[in-house]
Amino acid sequence: MSRLAEGELLSSPAPGASPTAADGGARQSGFWAATRLVAHREIMTQIRGKSFWIGFGLLVLALLAGAILPRVFGGDDAPVVAVVGPEAAQAVRDTDLQPRPVDSLDEATALVRSGDVEAAVVSDPGSVTGVRVVAFNEVPLEVTAALVQTPPVDLLEPGAVSDGAVYAATFVFALVFFMFSLSGIGIAQSVVIEKQTRIVEILAATVPVRALLTGKIAAYSLLTFGQVGVLALVVPIALRIGEQEALLALIAPGLGWFAPFFILGYVLLAAMWATAGSLVSRMEDLGSSSSVVTMLVMLPYFGVTFFHDNDLLLTILSYFPFSAGLAMPVRMYAGDPQPWEPFASLGLLAATLVVCVLVASRIYTGALLQTGARVRLVRAWAGAETP
Amino acid sequence: MLELRSVSRSFNGTKVLKEVSFDVAPGRITGFVGANGSGKTTTMRIILGVLAAHGGTVRWRGQPITHPVRQRFGYMPEERGLYPKMKVAEQIVYLARLHGLSSGEAKRNTATLLDRLGLSARAEDPVEKLSLGNQQRVQICAALVHDPELLILDEPFSGLDPIAVENVLGVLREYAARGVPVLFSSHQLDLVERLCDDLVIISAGTIAASGSRQTLRTQHATPRFELVVETDAGWVRDQPGVTVVELDGARVVFDVASDAAAQPVLREAVSRGAVYSFGKVVPSLAEIFREVV
Repeated sequence: MSRLAEGELLSSPAPGASPTAADGGARQSGFWAATRLVAHREIMTQIRGKSFWIGFGLLVLALLAGAILPRVFGGDDAPVVAVVGPEAAQAVRDTDLQPRPVDSLDEATALVRSGDVEAAVVSDPGSVTGVRVVAFNEVPLEVTAALVQTPPVDLLEPGAVSDGAVYAATFVFALVFFMFSLSGIGIAQSVVIEKQTRIVEILAATVPVRALLTGKIAAYSLLTFGQVGVLALVVPIALRIGEQEALLALIAPGLGWFAPFFILGYVLLAAMWATAGSLVSRMEDLGSSSSVVTMLVMLPYFGVTFFHDNDLLLTILSYFPFSAGLAMPVRMYAGDPQPWEPFASLGLLAATLVVCVLVASRIYTGALLQTGARVRLVRAWAGAETP
Repeated sequence: MLELRSVSRSFNGTKVLKEVSFDVAPGRITGFVGANGSGKTTTMRIILGVLAAHGGTVRWRGQPITHPVRQRFGYMPEERGLYPKMKVAEQIVYLARLHGLSSGEAKRNTATLLDRLGLSARAEDPVEKLSLGNQQRVQICAALVHDPELLILDEPFSGLDPIAVENVLGVLREYAARGVPVLFSSHQLDLVERLCDDLVIISAGTIAASGSRQTLRTQHATPRFELVVETDAGWVRDQPGVTVVELDGARVVFDVASDAAAQPVLREAVSRGAVYSFGKVVPSLAEIFREVV
């Protein structure tokens, strides 16, 4: 039985009964009403699809794994070493190594051979350090490193954050930015489906074409921001489970800046994805028309991931609108930019966004009703139509 | 009343519509016929604002057509299209809402129409699971669901089985009876002849003929008569001023210079014996079409 109940069928007026029945009701027209309907449909279509949840689930899993697994596998159990003699006991005392005092070298050697201990630390007056390490068949780096004495270091200008931490944070942001930017191809696909199935002609005859574009961008942006919001809740919990509060403390202050950059950056790419979709009429052709957008997503990702320690390149990337959303927050972690720089970069991004959306809107409108071969940009810009 | 006046349109410098003018009157079904590529679809797209006219005007109830007005038109494009994975009812409701209906109205109208077109049982199926004929019916629902004030249908019958054709014919008549102007294009001339009150014939971007079906038939009626007598009608060949078009024993079809010139033939027939039938031959739409294009 259909969702439309029998009673509803019977009670509703026949088409002939009231020619202007619809006029009596609240006919909402206009751009924003249409935009809202389009956005609503796009969101419903997405969240009903399996691929949306699979993709999001995988991303959450990846981030959880990244936060928790190091603890599980890396283990914070310090290696156990057999200790022979007072000098050895003294040397091991100041380290994380877990000592297991034994009486003789033979006993220690047996423990090493049986694998019960990682290595044995034995007093040796002939050694410079006063101890010798006995291991099975390879140098136990963890043990030797623990025994090395480093002199105290005074940093004249200590960095706010360690390099390793900056790299970790960069990687997390880059991954999130990259995944979501790339998922913007869904917008392009949604545009192509409408062209490919030709429903676009009914849509264009009913609502302003720009409402279609705006609705799609709004829908995908909201979905993405919602997902990022969920991640923003999940990741701190995961980091706490993984006992990496230090990293959390590191990431948290930057989130404030990551958000506006991410939002503007995403909308900018969304407009470009939609334009790429409007230029072709078949899914198979989407790859060619969207290659430029794919590039604009990939380059900043790899650029920032690989060159995050190259100051000049990172500075340039932090102003280039397509990578600013990633490069500027990363620079800010390193405590490097002047206070005005994020504002300047954000302003540049916003200006680019406005220009791009206007251009995209015109190209989209010009290209949307042209079917067949891939539409040339010049023709789409001129708004040329074919019969 | 929908009025087109001197509408023209070019593609890449080629004029595909030249000074196209015609009316679609309230409560009348207007058939729009023409060969492939003669400009039917382009004209309809211009009425719907999907294409811009390069010259001329399209007016609805005496006013230029704005977007809120156009939202109340119903359109079925030649290139059919629906979201293949969206459920039938949900899709129609969505389109109704794009046309400005409230959620409640949209659902009510959708239920009524699906019932009317025999699709209620498929309301919850995705469109792609339906047969082509049923998809076509869904497409018709999409054009009608918002109780349009004007209906523009591009080849609404192509792809329909005979039962669906009757079904849709009934619905269109109903809309016309309610005072909605209906413009539809078709290359099935027999259907156009049965269904339409008015006719617009377009040829190579120019309106070749337009008017009520009856007027056109009379206008294009040549002085051609059919006569059936008791015995052989071969003698008609020898009548002065008569050209025999068809002769089949006792039945003859002939052309004369004017209606009056047929009367002497009738008198001669009566004088020769029994006359079973005598009348003017009215041209079929197909004949008019062949003549004007």
